[in-house]
Amino acid sequence: MIDVVNICKKFGNKVAVDNLSFSVAKGEVLGFLGPNGAGKSTTMRMVTGYLPPTSGTASIGGADIVENEIAAKSKMGYLPENAPLYTEMTVRDFLRFSAELRGVPKSQVAGAVDKAVETCFLERVYNQSIDTLSKGYRHRTCLAQSIIHDPEVLILDEPTDGLDPNQKHEVRQLIKRMGKEKAIIFSTHILEEVEASCTRAIIIDRGRVIADGTPDSLKARARHAGTVLCRLSGLAGSGIRHELEKIAGVEQVEVVEESDKGLSAHVFAAKARRADLSGAIFGLAKEKNLVLHELHTEDGRLDDLFREITKRDVES
Amino acid sequence: MFETFVSFLIPALVVAAIFVVLLLFVAPRELRTICFRELRSYFFSPIAYVCVVIFLIISNVITFWFGGALERGEAELYGSYFQYIPWYLIVIAPAVGMRLWSEEHRLGTIELLLTMPIAPWHAILGKFLAASVVIFAMLVLSFPVVITMNYLGDPDNGVILAGFTACLLTGLCFLAVTSVISAVTRSQVVALLVSIVLCLALWLGGLNPLVELLDTMRGPGLVFWPAVKLLSSISVMPHFNELAKGVLGFRDIVFFASFIAFCLFTTAMVIRLKRA
Repeated sequence: MIDVVNICKKFGNKVAVDNLSFSVAKGEVLGFLGPNGAGKSTTMRMVTGYLPPTSGTASIGGADIVENEIAAKSKMGYLPENAPLYTEMTVRDFLRFSAELRGVPKSQVAGAVDKAVETCFLERVYNQSIDTLSKGYRHRTCLAQSIIHDPEVLILDEPTDGLDPNQKHEVRQLIKRMGKEKAIIFSTHILEEVEASCTRAIIIDRGRVIADGTPDSLKARARHAGTVLCRLSGLAGSGIRHELEKIAGVEQVEVVEESDKGLSAHVFAAKARRADLSGAIFGLAKEKNLVLHELHTEDGRLDDLFREITKRDVES
Repeated sequence: MFETFVSFLIPALVVAAIFVVLLLFVAPRELRTICFRELRSYFFSPIAYVCVVIFLIISNVITFWFGGALERGEAELYGSYFQYIPWYLIVIAPAVGMRLWSEEHRLGTIELLLTMPIAPWHAILGKFLAASVVIFAMLVLSFPVVITMNYLGDPDNGVILAGFTACLLTGLCFLAVTSVISAVTRSQVVALLVSIVLCLALWLGGLNPLVELLDTMRGPGLVFWPAVKLLSSISVMPHFNELAKGVLGFRDIVFFASFIAFCLFTTAMVIRLKRA
């Protein structure tokens, strides 16, 4: 539904987005990750047709966003960053206005507004003027505007920014639910959000894709993925470390905390040996009479991957 | 009273009715939606009322106190009323139009508006028309002046109608200039001040004594002479004067129409450049 091919954006000499390509199919929820200033919003602005790309193309449902602007725009809903709104309007008037501009047939406007109000929990503020609303309500009003015409494609720039934890949860559930029959891109820098609602994630940095995959496959790329975290006591920490390093297949023992009574550490092993690593550590504890407080295999965390790959870039 | 209705209020109502019919039945839905939203925000905020009331107070005070409308002993409105109106419009039209685009930039809603499935000219024309309605309403509400003249004497109401048309078209030109400037900046104050200066220059460019004065002062150092020449050639004033005196010239109408069209086109270009 969304096809982005070799899209570039330069502001003067500064390259904001550098040859970015990706596509999102129906039923996919794409999480767009990246540090601040990585080019997330610029990319979204190009895909939605607000900014013209310097080179490359983006199309929505087969319609090019530059050549066939209106057809492409009518297939999508967009929540811009910071949820801009006409503050002097009431929620109801604003949603009607959006429905009309987004091409909802006249007879269906009232129904579309009601449905969006219900989906975004805006009943309580329906007749209130937007400048009297709290940030959470404003955000959801702008979100309602983006889904009012039931678009095939949704582009959401930081949809949960400024919401409280309950509202964040609601919005994530909503995105997940809608993602079943739409193509959705949303940007965020909250990584748990990606795990909660995305089927795929892209990490971009300095305008380039540096990782692309399902949240699970990305997590597996994190440095600690597949390592075993263990906390043992009964011997001096350094002694335990030596014993751990002697286990067949162990490549590295990364100490988290060490004392003369024990240690806790990440144990890295070659890929082929990972399966029986925790068994081997358990065996070691039994043999040396150590007390085993904690033993578990790490899935890897998106947080770690994110920091590793975006930090590496800063240093280079 | 009867003449006033026939000569002034009926034409005004006809223009208003044609406008409403065109907007409701001919204009694309997007344009209508934008125009109505803009109108609603004008009349739900104090701007429109403040502009209209200030205009009415100033125009009447000047006409009857300084313009000496009653002492002239002539039943006409050009000398005491119409010739001063563009001077108020130089300030009032920018005050009405300053928020058209600068507010969109300031709130960030321009991103929302320009990603809607609409052609940019729908938005530009819709907003311009909404501001035009405010200027139109302002002029229509000046009808007591016409009643006064008809009560006291026997004026040529056709000329009076031409005078109002000239004022309206001049106001729309100033509004179109303001539309361009408000697309450039996100600050309403900047839009207001720059537009006032430009409208003033556009008006004064037609003041022949001033242009001749500048011509006599012209030395090698006067680099802005080409700008003065340009302003005097596109000035609204001569066209206003012709029309306001009751000479309904085809060239003047073409001038007003093309001036407004050019400014609206420039607004579109500015908005496009600001995006890129």
